[in-house]
Amino acid sequence: MRHTLAVLVENTPGVLARVAGLFSRRGFNIDSLAVGRTENPDLSRMTIVVEGDDRILEQVTKQLYKLIDVIKISDITADEYVDRELVLIKVSSDPAHRGEIIQVADIFRARIVDLGRKTITLECTGNDGKINAFEESLRPYGIKELVRTGKIAVLRGLKYTNLESGTDLSSNKTENV
Amino acid sequence: MKKSGEVQKSGDVNMSGAKILVQCLKDQGVDTIFGYPGGQVIPIYDALYDSDIKHILTRHEQGAAHAADGYARASGKVGVCLATSGPGATNLVTGIANAYMDSVPMVAITGQVPTALLGRDTFQEVDITGITLPVTKHNYMVKDISELARTIREAFHIASTGRPGPVLVDIPSDVSRSAGDYDISDDAMSLPGYRPVLEGTEEQLNRAVAAILESERPVIYSGGGIVNAGAHEELKQLAEMLVAPVASTLMGMGGFPGDHPLFLGMLGMHGSKYANYAICECDLIIALGARFSDRVTGKVDEFAPHARIIHVDIDPAEISKNVRVNIPIPGDVKTVLQQLLPRLAAKLPGAWQDRIAAWKKEYPINYEENGTLKPQQVIRGIYNATGGRARITTEVGQHQMWTAHYYTFTRPRTFITSGGLGTMGYGFPAAIGVQAACPDETVFDIAGDGSIQMNIQELATAVNYELPVNVAILNNGFLGMVRQWQELFWNRRYSNTELFNPDFVKVAEAYGAEGIRVDKYTQLAPALEQAIASSKPVMIDFVIEREENVLPMVPPGGTLNNMLG
Repeated sequence: MRHTLAVLVENTPGVLARVAGLFSRRGFNIDSLAVGRTENPDLSRMTIVVEGDDRILEQVTKQLYKLIDVIKISDITADEYVDRELVLIKVSSDPAHRGEIIQVADIFRARIVDLGRKTITLECTGNDGKINAFEESLRPYGIKELVRTGKIAVLRGLKYTNLESGTDLSSNKTENV
Repeated sequence: MKKSGEVQKSGDVNMSGAKILVQCLKDQGVDTIFGYPGGQVIPIYDALYDSDIKHILTRHEQGAAHAADGYARASGKVGVCLATSGPGATNLVTGIANAYMDSVPMVAITGQVPTALLGRDTFQEVDITGITLPVTKHNYMVKDISELARTIREAFHIASTGRPGPVLVDIPSDVSRSAGDYDISDDAMSLPGYRPVLEGTEEQLNRAVAAILESERPVIYSGGGIVNAGAHEELKQLAEMLVAPVASTLMGMGGFPGDHPLFLGMLGMHGSKYANYAICECDLIIALGARFSDRVTGKVDEFAPHARIIHVDIDPAEISKNVRVNIPIPGDVKTVLQQLLPRLAAKLPGAWQDRIAAWKKEYPINYEENGTLKPQQVIRGIYNATGGRARITTEVGQHQMWTAHYYTFTRPRTFITSGGLGTMGYGFPAAIGVQAACPDETVFDIAGDGSIQMNIQELATAVNYELPVNVAILNNGFLGMVRQWQELFWNRRYSNTELFNPDFVKVAEAYGAEGIRVDKYTQLAPALEQAIASSKPVMIDFVIEREENVLPMVPPGGTLNNMLG
């Protein structure tokens, strides 16, 4: 099962290397990892999508908590949340197909951000299901280049994943059998 | 007279980064450090020159790291080592990894090229924070002198609290050369993500108590956490209250008295048969400060098939990492045992204790005498000569396992060995650190003829600082443990395990130490007596039976009740 973790970390040099190194060293699979500053410039938020069963998730969480720079981990998978990902796709577009591509873009509410003689570059945001569908729709025209940001997410309504509240996977929580 | 660089208890003082560092070390109670100078730490060495911190110059940075580790394990304090940038720093890495695997509190300080030259492949530049990322509890590069004092405070705090471990602090030389303000009254730290859990919760404790009350065949599985937490008294109380046998890991030796009737010795690959049989047949394992390592569990799917497991460990990530645990109690093992003991009532011995006694009688750890000098005889000889009260370090291999089997450890912090990383070359520099921490005690490094040559240069250190460590080399002319595996599992093809050795007596004498050779049992006791009485470091070359095996043994990947020997 895929889990979405909201991880609050200290904004220190090397924190990304620590987290990424941990995943590779322990053999955990990252589906995507997006990182950026938060409303507090001393803190960064990582949104990590990780594939694995409950046992793997438990180890991922506990190992992440061992990193001194990791302050709080929230598994928001089961909560109501809004997630977005941004993709930039460069497709080949001969004049015969340009109209079709623009139609596809309209359907997905994507924007044209660059137009070349033989290519067209589109920007699209959405959850990963939409992004995947968008990518598939453009594939027949010939995708030249594709970049995805990885998913970012935030809980709906009054729930937070910042220091004050949220579904904290506290380091003390080790629920088994 | 006040030495320069020392600070009185008020206000800011302007001084160099190097002096701030030395002052911070003193504030942390550091009295001894182990290190090796080089270009980027000259400012730090200059500050040490005026300080009353004792600096022990090893002959290799690896020796400094292991000595700091040995010092920490013997004293319970944070061990400190210091090296220059580049090769000095990389030479520390094995020692840091060793301390990490065995949860030893250590602060490693490295010099670094000046900040302006970072990232340019400058002479003796290496990314030591990057290199040590997987083998430190945490690490830092101090790029601004204003962060130096706080960083050193945090490093000591992290190294010594929670699950202990090594912390590396990398200091570019312009930071140690420049001047900054130091305020002794400032004790601020910024560690919002570091909150070790010490106490068990009510629910966890209640579940543990219920499981203990229901259990008819309990076994306590104790590890190095007992020693680190100083929980040996609580462990003894628990075992006696429940009449529960205690099986120890290698790291846990000394955490429970080796001469206690409830002691089962070591469990696992080279454990006793009765410890392993007890694990296989028990209905409850109380795991205390141990981590279910592969050397302990054997084939993990068939580990303790009938047992529920209570696991107390300071590191929540160890719980259910290798073996699924029924009742997890993350916390400090001493604190948790203190919470648990008043909730329990004394039990009476029954059929389970009888069964264990029968196994102990039927399958004792033993060896055959055949007229040659046997390694087991040497270990027993050292035990007898020291009254069981010496601080013992070891290298890694057969001699290490024989030491665990035949020297009866009764006190914590007396058996100091490389458990997790299995570092040959650890024992001798560690013994130097132990002797520095315990100047009035007898210290032995029990070594193999292979291992001792990995850091034999530290003879100079021992002689130089008049640290009278004794080295007992169990010399069988082989890398014995690998040879044993080749004999048992690789059809006796002794590929590259037979050793050409120097004359160890002459080597010792060349360094100014004493050397003794022993090849007969009758020479054993007099040689040990001479070594213990000597005020110099002594190296004894015990020429032993060449192809003796460490038995019993669980073949790699096997189950615990299926032992050779």
